[in-house]
Amino acid sequence: MFQTFLFYFFSAILLFAALRVITARNPVHSALFLVLAFFTSAGIWLLLEAEFLAITLVLVYVGAVMVLFLFVVMMLDINLDRLREGFWNWFPLGAAIAIVMVIEMALVLGGRYFGLADMPVPEARPAGYSNTKELGRLVYTEYVYPFEIAAVILLVAIVAAIALTLRRRRDTRHQDPAKQVLVRARDRVRLIPMPPEPKE
Amino acid sequence: MEIFQTVFGPDWGPMIFTLVKTLVLIVVIVAPLMVGVAYLTLAERKIIGYMQVRIGPNRVTFFGIPWLGGWAQPIADGLKLMMKEIVIPSGANKFLFVLAPVLTIMPAMAAWAVVPFQPEMVLANVDAGLLYIMAITSMGVYGVVVAGWASNSKYAFIGSLRSAAQIVSYEIAMGFALVGVLMASQTLNLSGIVKAQIGAGFLSWFFIPLFPLFLVYLISGVAETNRAPFDVAEGESEIVAGFHVEYSGMAFAVFFLAEYANMILIATMTSIMFLGGWLPPFNFAPFTLIPGIFWLLGKVAFVLFLFLWFRATFPRYRYDQIMRLGWKVFIPVTLIWIVVVGGWMQTRLWVW
Repeated sequence: MFQTFLFYFFSAILLFAALRVITARNPVHSALFLVLAFFTSAGIWLLLEAEFLAITLVLVYVGAVMVLFLFVVMMLDINLDRLREGFWNWFPLGAAIAIVMVIEMALVLGGRYFGLADMPVPEARPAGYSNTKELGRLVYTEYVYPFEIAAVILLVAIVAAIALTLRRRRDTRHQDPAKQVLVRARDRVRLIPMPPEPKE
Repeated sequence: MEIFQTVFGPDWGPMIFTLVKTLVLIVVIVAPLMVGVAYLTLAERKIIGYMQVRIGPNRVTFFGIPWLGGWAQPIADGLKLMMKEIVIPSGANKFLFVLAPVLTIMPAMAAWAVVPFQPEMVLANVDAGLLYIMAITSMGVYGVVVAGWASNSKYAFIGSLRSAAQIVSYEIAMGFALVGVLMASQTLNLSGIVKAQIGAGFLSWFFIPLFPLFLVYLISGVAETNRAPFDVAEGESEIVAGFHVEYSGMAFAVFFLAEYANMILIATMTSIMFLGGWLPPFNFAPFTLIPGIFWLLGKVAFVLFLFLWFRATFPRYRYDQIMRLGWKVFIPVTLIWIVVVGGWMQTRLWVW
């Protein structure tokens, strides 16, 4: 019963936050509501006993991705009037896509072929069951090739992103710390013995 | 338990009992933490004072007792901050301006839920405790970013940008250091991590096989909490006080509390994961008689002393050098050591 209460509590916050993401006038507010939405959906995943995925959602999306998002959004100077210019022109297309999406979701959730009735309620796991361990075992045994392929694709994406932004200017001065630490005092300073000059 | 069942009935009784028990335990953890934070500020001023051949605060006492000189200083500071007005700058985003200190202190407190102080002495003995700590502490950066943006001030904004980039960068190195710990202990549960270090006294603690990771974790911890020598987010000489320039009174005090609570948290995590948590350093009589929580507190105090010592010793890093240290030194070091540990664990030389 308490779980049902928690589920509705989290769902209400999630729906509100998701709605505010698209209706908030200030983009920074939208980004922060998106953070709230991620956080509450992590709470709902916890109720589903998927603690590893829930914590990873917070760690990756809330802790890293959204920070960078916020970073960019804060530095933008967005003119809201220009963004809203073509709103009514594009409204019919947007509404049509929204209706299609609603119908698809209704098919998945309520239909006779996919509906909840076909999915038995999963058994509650015993207390010592480690979600993380099971997931790790599957990823490194049964699904090791898809996992490796995904890793390689991500690596390619990282290399490409860095290659796109990397530029080397020849005319800037820069330091090479590896060379700096190798410097010895005798290479730089030369002490010359000089007799003191007599006072005149 | 029985009283609650008779008062609220068999359905609600156990639930309300759990709720009340948890709330009381939270107070039992947070209240000493806040006292610890207050006296950590005093310790910092005293220790840095002595390191710079000064005396530090030695005036404010309780009830005029002369030999308690200085001991009431944190209380006096707290009272002063509570009495001051909270100025909200014009053009600031009021809601976010007030929300930012809350966002900063919330993770610093919430992380303590899974910290084991002794065997069985933990609020929530969750299975994925290590992941929980990482996830919760990674949220601390929002307070800083939101504070900088909501203040409507250039200095605050620059400070928050610096801090956000720094925290996100060092989190990666920290995460990899924790991967090493979890490989060595084979569990994500914090009590389990301490139990994996039981053995031949301090020789079984993870700081020996994972020494590079221990150093990386400790230094990244300093960077995560924006402490000197990585305190470019505050950088008094360049951007006044960074993200909290515009904050005054209690709103500023909350940032201050969060910083010190985070320091204590990082010190506790270092003690639990690398220095054996509540375990005594030797397995014979005078050491094993002392309760585990005192060993943990002693280790935490030692790591905190290191934090203060760093601050008194090192000059502030330049920003590009902070980034270089994080990305080009710490992350490769942790990656290499994870591979080394992985290979080491397959041999018979792995005795931890």
